[in-house]
Amino acid sequence: MTKEFKGRPVAPGSVTAEAVVTKQGFNTLASMQMMFIQSKTKCVDQSNPDIYKKVLQDKALCLPQTIGSTTGGMFLYSAVMSAKAPACLLFSKQIDSLAAAGAVLADVWSEHAKMPTVDRLGDEFLEYVRDGDRITVKPDGTVIVER
Amino acid sequence: MILTSEQKALLDGEKGETMAKVMETLVRCGEIFGAEKMVPVTGEYGHLVLSFGLTFLGPVFDLYQKLIDEGCLSGQKFTCDPRPYDKNVPQSPVQKTAAKFIFGKQSRYEKQLEKLGLLNEDSYTCTCYLDQTGNVPKEGDVLSWAESSAVVYANSVLGARCNRNSGIIELFGSVAGYVPYFGLLTDEGRKADWIVELKTTKLPDAQILGSAIGMKVMEDVPFIKGLDAFLGTELTDGVKTYLKDFGAATASNGAVGLYHIENLTPEAKRQGEKLIRENAKRYVVDDAELERVKNGYPCVWKDPDAKPKLCFLGCPHMTLEQMIDWTVKIEKALKEAGNEKVRIPTVFTASQGVIKEFARTQFAARLKKTGVVVSYICPLMFMDNPLWQNQPVITSSNKLRTYTTARFYSNDEILHFITKEGK
Repeated sequence: MTKEFKGRPVAPGSVTAEAVVTKQGFNTLASMQMMFIQSKTKCVDQSNPDIYKKVLQDKALCLPQTIGSTTGGMFLYSAVMSAKAPACLLFSKQIDSLAAAGAVLADVWSEHAKMPTVDRLGDEFLEYVRDGDRITVKPDGTVIVER
Repeated sequence: MILTSEQKALLDGEKGETMAKVMETLVRCGEIFGAEKMVPVTGEYGHLVLSFGLTFLGPVFDLYQKLIDEGCLSGQKFTCDPRPYDKNVPQSPVQKTAAKFIFGKQSRYEKQLEKLGLLNEDSYTCTCYLDQTGNVPKEGDVLSWAESSAVVYANSVLGARCNRNSGIIELFGSVAGYVPYFGLLTDEGRKADWIVELKTTKLPDAQILGSAIGMKVMEDVPFIKGLDAFLGTELTDGVKTYLKDFGAATASNGAVGLYHIENLTPEAKRQGEKLIRENAKRYVVDDAELERVKNGYPCVWKDPDAKPKLCFLGCPHMTLEQMIDWTVKIEKALKEAGNEKVRIPTVFTASQGVIKEFARTQFAARLKKTGVVVSYICPLMFMDNPLWQNQPVITSSNKLRTYTTARFYSNDEILHFITKEGK
């Protein structure tokens, strides 16, 4: 089964990856602060049962928005530059300023490493998508969910 | 976005490719939020969130070196979040050794900060807005700050205007001298999306009330009714201390960048309910709701019944008033229990300015007698070390609870544990 959603490309790009889904706000620092000592970045945010202990690296992270520390964008930028980041960020709502910073920083300052980012995919996207779904992101903000 | 000729020149590379990329980043971030222009940063000082030389943040330090090498320095002096490490904080030899590796870039990074525009050696604190550090913006100032607890305080209590900027972006704003005009910089963006009605029987714990509101409203702006019945209508030092801790919890448990408190905070005092949007949502907070929120905090210690090994107080950094108040409370509770020193190693964290002022009072010697350690660190970053994960640390900071494995207790519970039972 395939379903298509259309959002706004914040950092345009193409990628295919497996979905990991949080229905509550993604606390970037709380989730990713141990990424550099993990063989693969896993969520360590004790307050987020949706994704606690799940692998984030190279996944299509589906979320409503990010919350918490203003180190957020900086951590995302470092994760992208160190190949420890999610493959893409897919927001059901309007992206927040911290995640936007991470996506734009990586887009402007990195020659090669990218983290395609799409926002405004709608509440229906987050209600539909499940862990393990195959996600394809296109540069125009189209997101295809295959199950 | 419409840029002035000066801004366009920066974007077009008049001051080099690196400055052009700085501007491009700011412009793109602004355009995402519909900003139609860039406005000058008018606050006297900036504030940076990155204060820790985490070995693994190499890409950020490389980027900052590029700024330095290209002469793209901050146009204003800035303060910076607290240092991450202090050898005087109780820890094992293994943890000390690990810290040297984890914060291996600290020295390099502090040299970078000096070159970029650090105000002075005492500038490392998350409570830069206290008089002892002196980065106190005026109402209406446009800021380029990060650090969620400082941004929410500057917006809400001081009436300055600052978005929840990410680390790196806040430095870019100080380098370029401009920030994109959107969100909390605009009158419209400062209107309240939520009415919070407080119906508790007493003044709530600032940390729990902030947590409850943060988790409910997320990034929205709340207008809080009923809190003035407990706090009064003047921003006294005690009230500002309460709001410091309250705001930090709203910003870390949610993503609040601005709150209004009826009859108390500057814009709410002047504009009243005109600040509330039509169709604002409602959230009622009573004693039962606060109890529900507190009981919902998970405990991720391996052994939930473990004896605490360490207690941190001061995230955000303590005010002078808090340090004195806690000293008196600890002395009294120890005396009642027949103990001379705290039963759990306990650390107070505060800015260098507050620590120096505290040292000049009679309370410094009295606190030392209780065995409490005073430090300038960021407890959050100090615990950002795998050897501290799953260690039984307790705190009355909801921010520290959110980002680490520290377990949250109310101030009264903490006082009881550290002076009486040790558990």
